[in-house]
Amino acid sequence: MLFQPAIIALLLASTLCVLALVGSAPFAVDVIRRWDIRSGSERQLQLERRTYLFSTLLTLVLVLQLAAVLLFVFNAEKMSGMFVGAMCAVGTLNVNAFGFPALNGKIAVFFLAAMWLAINHVDSRARDYPLVRIKYGLLLALAPLLAGSAWAELQYFLDLKADVITSCCGSLFSEGSPTIAAEASALPPIPAMWLFYGSLGAAVVLAAVHGLGGGRQRWSGYLLALASGVAFVATIAGILAFVSLYIYEHPHHHCPFCILKPEYNYQGYWLYVPLFGATAAGLAAGAVQPFARIASLREVIPEFSRRMAAIAANGFFLTAAIASFMIWQSRLILLE
Amino acid sequence: MKLWIEKQRYLIDFTLASLARRKARNIGLLLVYTLLVFMLASVTLYTHALRQEAARVLVASPEVVVQRMVAGRHDLIPPGYMEKIGRIRGVQTRTARLWGYYYDAVTKANYTFMVPAEDAPAKGEIVVGPALERSRGLAANNGISFRSYSGKLHTFIVAAVLPQATELVSADLVLMSEESFRAFFDYPVGHYTDIALTVANPQEVKNVALKLSAALPDARPILRDEVLRTYAAIFDWREGIVLALFSAAILAFGILAWEKASGLSAEEKREIGILKAIGWETGDVIKMKFWEGMLISLTAFLVGFVAAYVHVFHFAASMFEPVLKGWAVLYPHFQLTPHIDGVQVATLFFFTVFPYAAAVLVPIWKAAITDPDSVMRG
Repeated sequence: MLFQPAIIALLLASTLCVLALVGSAPFAVDVIRRWDIRSGSERQLQLERRTYLFSTLLTLVLVLQLAAVLLFVFNAEKMSGMFVGAMCAVGTLNVNAFGFPALNGKIAVFFLAAMWLAINHVDSRARDYPLVRIKYGLLLALAPLLAGSAWAELQYFLDLKADVITSCCGSLFSEGSPTIAAEASALPPIPAMWLFYGSLGAAVVLAAVHGLGGGRQRWSGYLLALASGVAFVATIAGILAFVSLYIYEHPHHHCPFCILKPEYNYQGYWLYVPLFGATAAGLAAGAVQPFARIASLREVIPEFSRRMAAIAANGFFLTAAIASFMIWQSRLILLE
Repeated sequence: MKLWIEKQRYLIDFTLASLARRKARNIGLLLVYTLLVFMLASVTLYTHALRQEAARVLVASPEVVVQRMVAGRHDLIPPGYMEKIGRIRGVQTRTARLWGYYYDAVTKANYTFMVPAEDAPAKGEIVVGPALERSRGLAANNGISFRSYSGKLHTFIVAAVLPQATELVSADLVLMSEESFRAFFDYPVGHYTDIALTVANPQEVKNVALKLSAALPDARPILRDEVLRTYAAIFDWREGIVLALFSAAILAFGILAWEKASGLSAEEKREIGILKAIGWETGDVIKMKFWEGMLISLTAFLVGFVAAYVHVFHFAASMFEPVLKGWAVLYPHFQLTPHIDGVQVATLFFFTVFPYAAAVLVPIWKAAITDPDSVMRG
């Protein structure tokens, strides 16, 4: 099934990303070995100039990854008509064993790339590029991950067979099946609500504490990153356990993808876009904290981290508010 | 935040002015870019509309069609076969259908002769489809003769012509009474072409098919969903092949964009040199160039897409029709329903804007790191 337009586009995008990272690997090694900001040599000058090229390249890779996550889910949704048993993206992703790993890989690469860009951003604001070695070391670590995610995606698309009978959200997210997703779906609504609102609330409070402290307290920055990660997982679990039920107005349909469908007015995007943005911002605020003591970054990092905290606080609050609004609008009575 | 937006606004303003200074060069690139978007968008819009059309047509078709197979070939339904199917739970109606193909040597085309389930024309009369009306110059109350496969000449009176709106399914259709049909084809009494079953619950369709193949091992149940899936796969595949062929064009466009972006004129180099001398940083020059690429991309995308829309839905995609639609002597004329799909726009964006961005990245950087003194001195 490689000759599907969206699949060709996705493979094209991952090839571009892998090529960009592979192309920048030798340069990254060069920087790690030879970088010396005090030197005025020709080589140092060249290295400094090249950092512009590679940070622009990485920005392009990040934007591509973000767009690719969206297109990947869009496309899975659309192709569900072609597989027996598939009614939404879940069915398409379940056609073979690589579907969900490919999606998770893409999401992971997106968050890691966001953290890298945060480090890159503060580094380029400082006069002496103090993080250049760390940055390119991290880039080398990111490359295999990106390649792995591209490989999983390729395997997934190569192995898409239309004659496979797949199982869709009805069976995957039903309470009896032995998967993590099913465990999350099986969470009774009241504990799930505690988890959902508790973790989002904690993330908002920590982001506010960090932001109002001017982004200077390092501990709150780390905690914010941790809380963002937890809130991301808890929100997805909460969507599985009860938000989706309210949206579908059906007590047993726990699907995180059907809410993206036109039948439900694309409501899912209202939840996912702020959630992803806020999580990326929260993680970014944490990612820059280890470098807050470096002399040239003393002013840059608190300022940056304060802004990220503001984005995270607003984003998580918005997610919770939108979910609550959807629950309020729903005609389903889950709790007496 | 406000400061940032202001900064970008000034950068865009500057970029627009600088683009306007080099009109000829940029218009050339814009034209090629627009053409590329236009071609790709025509293909995707057209195949999507065809897919929609196929799905719309098939909505009204029966959920299951049962054919009888003899030695792996489609055969007639013998008398008593319908009774053997018996009552299957979930099946609302069972209809035995009569239809067949007839090759007309005059127009060198195949017609579909069919006996409608209800409102069949009287004996000796026929109702014809719009394409047949055109190709044989028929009108209501005209007479027409067909030489049957047995060699005898049969004359029919055209009772009516089917409306234009149904053309996609009725172009080559000839409706007649059961009696005329059996006489024309020498069809054995009590035999039928196939059986149509309607099933109310879509989730039951598979079970009905399973029960059918268990009860009648020589039957071949054809499900509507399968037909739909096959259509979707075929149109997707055709679209994919055309896009893959176009990838050469995308590559050529990438090379052109690279060339255009790296072939900086002396004047442009001086401009960048001066900008840097008065305090712009490398990052600012990259941002300016980024906006330049963005403006060109979005303009080309928008213009190309709108042109493709007009091409497909107002001029019936005359350029790509033969490849994508398929071919037949009596091909129906039909108007496509305009429809834009989010996935397709996103895919198109991936195919055009990202390759462009990747192609101009290195040249932009090369331009941005120019040393002010070397340019201004030279």
